[in-house]
Amino acid sequence: MAHTEIQNILEIRDLKVIYKTDLEVVEAVNGLDLTIGKGKTLGLVGETGAGKTTTALSILKLLPSITGRILQGEIYFDGEDILKKSEHDMQSVRGNRISMVFQDPMTSLNPVLTVGDQIAEAVQLHNPDMSKEQINERVAATLNMVGIMPSRSGDYPHQFSGGMKQRVVIAMALSCEPELLIADEPTTALDVTIQAQVLTMIRELRDRLGTSMLMITHDLGIVAQTCDDVAVMYSGIIIEAGTAEDIFLGDKHHPYTVGLFNSIPNLDIKSDRLNPITGLMPDPTNLPKGCVFAPRCNHQMEICLEARPGVFEEGTHKIRCYLFSEAAGNSKAGVDLNAE
Amino acid sequence: MNPQKVESTTVDNFKRPSQTKEIWRRFSKSKGAVIGFVLFSIIAIMLLAADFIVPYEAAIKQDFTQQLAAPSREHFFGTDGYGRDAFARLLHGGRTSLSIALLATFSSAVLGSALGAISGYFGGKVDSFIMRSLDIFMSVPDILFTMAVVYALGANFTNLLFALTLAYFTNYVRLVRSQVLNLAEQDYVEAARAGGSGSTRIILSHIIPNAVGVIIVNTTLNVAKIILYESTLSFLGLGMPPPQPEWGLMLSEAREFMRTAPWLMFFPSAAIVITAASINLMGDGLRDALDPHLKS
Amino acid sequence: MYRYVIKRLLFLIPTILGVTLIIYAVMSITPGDPGRAMLGTSALQADVDAYNAALGYNLPFPIKYFNYVKAMVIDQDFGFSYLTKQPVFDEIWPRFLETLKLAFLGVFIAASVGIPFGIYAAVKQYSLWDTVPSLVAFFMAAFPSFVLGLLFLYFFSLKLNLLPSYGIGSFEHYIMPALAISIPPAAQNMRFTKSSMLEAIRQDYVRTARAKGAAERTVVWKHALRNALLPVVTQIGLSLGVLIAGAVVAEKIFSIPGIGSLIVDRIAYKDEPVIIAGTILISICFTLVMLLVDIIYAFVDPRIRAKYSNTKG
Repeated sequence: MAHTEIQNILEIRDLKVIYKTDLEVVEAVNGLDLTIGKGKTLGLVGETGAGKTTTALSILKLLPSITGRILQGEIYFDGEDILKKSEHDMQSVRGNRISMVFQDPMTSLNPVLTVGDQIAEAVQLHNPDMSKEQINERVAATLNMVGIMPSRSGDYPHQFSGGMKQRVVIAMALSCEPELLIADEPTTALDVTIQAQVLTMIRELRDRLGTSMLMITHDLGIVAQTCDDVAVMYSGIIIEAGTAEDIFLGDKHHPYTVGLFNSIPNLDIKSDRLNPITGLMPDPTNLPKGCVFAPRCNHQMEICLEARPGVFEEGTHKIRCYLFSEAAGNSKAGVDLNAE
Repeated sequence: MNPQKVESTTVDNFKRPSQTKEIWRRFSKSKGAVIGFVLFSIIAIMLLAADFIVPYEAAIKQDFTQQLAAPSREHFFGTDGYGRDAFARLLHGGRTSLSIALLATFSSAVLGSALGAISGYFGGKVDSFIMRSLDIFMSVPDILFTMAVVYALGANFTNLLFALTLAYFTNYVRLVRSQVLNLAEQDYVEAARAGGSGSTRIILSHIIPNAVGVIIVNTTLNVAKIILYESTLSFLGLGMPPPQPEWGLMLSEAREFMRTAPWLMFFPSAAIVITAASINLMGDGLRDALDPHLKS
Repeated sequence: MYRYVIKRLLFLIPTILGVTLIIYAVMSITPGDPGRAMLGTSALQADVDAYNAALGYNLPFPIKYFNYVKAMVIDQDFGFSYLTKQPVFDEIWPRFLETLKLAFLGVFIAASVGIPFGIYAAVKQYSLWDTVPSLVAFFMAAFPSFVLGLLFLYFFSLKLNLLPSYGIGSFEHYIMPALAISIPPAAQNMRFTKSSMLEAIRQDYVRTARAKGAAERTVVWKHALRNALLPVVTQIGLSLGVLIAGAVVAEKIFSIPGIGSLIVDRIAYKDEPVIIAGTILISICFTLVMLLVDIIYAFVDPRIRAKYSNTKG
């Protein structure tokens, strides 16, 4: 994976992040590999607690300074290792070249500043030479872009609804036309009807501005509508990755991915109940020695409990499971995971 | 996913220790809380066992041959202007102060929480009546009000308790009211109401248990505040009637002998400060244990 | 905003009436009477009765209360002291100013020491700038003002002979009383500001500001601080109540002719007019400060401002 000709806007290698408190060490990200091609959108899918937001915060180097620590790994953004950058350099990257939209619009805007001021701050930070008029113009244009009347820039966050607030947050994130947009469950906190509107808007703006995007979500529907590539995350590890076709249409899957798909209600097949994955994610303060999914896996083998599985690759499709790796023997490779 | 969430998943889903156990674990991990707990236990045991350590008699018996004696083996903390044993007065006085403080904390917590719960839960006219009255009540500075009550009713244990309760219940009304307003919007309360539970039942079995953490922390810290406040009252001559010993009174009497017998001032001062500090240590530890995210 | 201020000013009226009623009611339970207190235990009952009647002390409670309020509102007349026979207002006003001076000096010291240390401790959490001031504040919060006052008196006046031990007159006279009453609330302010600031720093909007590329300094001063200071403003207003209690004690210890010690002294004589007027004066002052606090709060927080300009409530 040479990054000499830089076709990937983001490349994360073997990232390991922990949260350390007085009482315990939480292993949030455990050797994660991730790649986002220029202009592409990667969907990062997983349950709550899988380490998705931690990954996103690591990219911006915004982990909680007291507890969060990056133990190892590299994060290449446009060919440069972000982890080697100084805090000062990072400040010119954040909000300018990489922006982030957070999950909860209700709390991610400062209640005592007008939304116009908050967008203007982002613009001004990265364009120190701009005059006040130019900044105001940019703020108005950005608000227009997300469908908010520029005349409302003097209003405070509490005067907006949840969906409108998220539009403001998105406007703020896009005000400097970043190369990479990280959207962390941007629609989870919104009403279903508003979700669709905001999502459509994000897609349109992404296409118009040519921004690469990391879409973090637990909703496979959003992934299907938005993403070129998909990475499935479990207990801080990518257990399956590939193009959207690989994941949605491919015949080989990690048992966890299969479980994820089975737990979505399917209108085409008549069934009485959903098929949730039984059990819970492993305790992040005490991860199993072997495959992190083994304790919940229907296809568990002895080896699964002993060591972490390697990556099975087939074209663009990668799976971290003994069912497909050399060690498990080829006889297992073709097992029909959907037969349950 | 942020660290707080990781922690809460950990607690809720994996180890499943009982919540009390988990709180105790965090509490006992905090050095300050443990020191406070041990210190306070020692103080409390000494005050409880005061009668066995040194008889009450020694605290009130005047002996003019032994006035202002320096600390010695016979009188650990010396004697006061009437020849009374300062150590005995400190122990027996502390017992009075601590019991008043504990009882006043309890009664103000009960009164204030009840009013706060009613105010927050029923809202509307009930709420505005209670809150407006409280506003008026609170514009009389505590010290003036307590002074007036104690003087009007006479200084004794019950009246002091009554006055302190009135001075301290206001905190709880606001605190519990805002908790209830928050909690009343939570889904589980909505669910209980939809399930046909009555108001009293909802307050008692859903709202109070969930607000109890904040109340406990505040109550603990209030014990210390009331100890300081009560000693101030007794310093001003509005505490228990003499010859009953009390820390504030001892200090007030010690003023006279500041030049000749400064130890009479030092020991009660230290007693007040150490007791209050040990309770505050526990309160802080308890707050961190109940609300772990404040630490990270 | 304007309407809100008017509304709060109007609420002063029931507040003052409520305060007079509370104090009046409490004092009316007290056994004994001013005649007995004034003329002594050996005086004839007839003389005592005549004395009480002349003061209007024996009228029924509602009438007495009504008369008092009427005189206060219409003639700004607070009556005469039972003890000194002087007009109450003349007696309490200079002492009230003295107490005010002390209390506001205390508020000023408590805020200007407590808040900056609290902010700094939160920003530099777990560094020496946090641990040392936090530890000091922790211990200082366990000292009642009168203990500090006595210890200061012992060390600085008696042992070191640096400062005058009683009275007013020069700047030096105020050093010990002001410190004695302001150190405990300063410690509380520091602890409160620190936790409020820590709370603000971990809010999502602060993370948003960081994600925008704002420097840590901007994040702290522009985004976190303003939100963190909102509850601190209220805390400072409330600490005035603590300081008034402190002032009573400091006036006693350092023999300062303030209104607090006057009220304490007059309680023993049942000098009702002085006690009531003094309490009312302090309570009005306290209410005005709380009003100021609320107005500042509304000024800083657009949510509160909106609440009062959009609705009549």
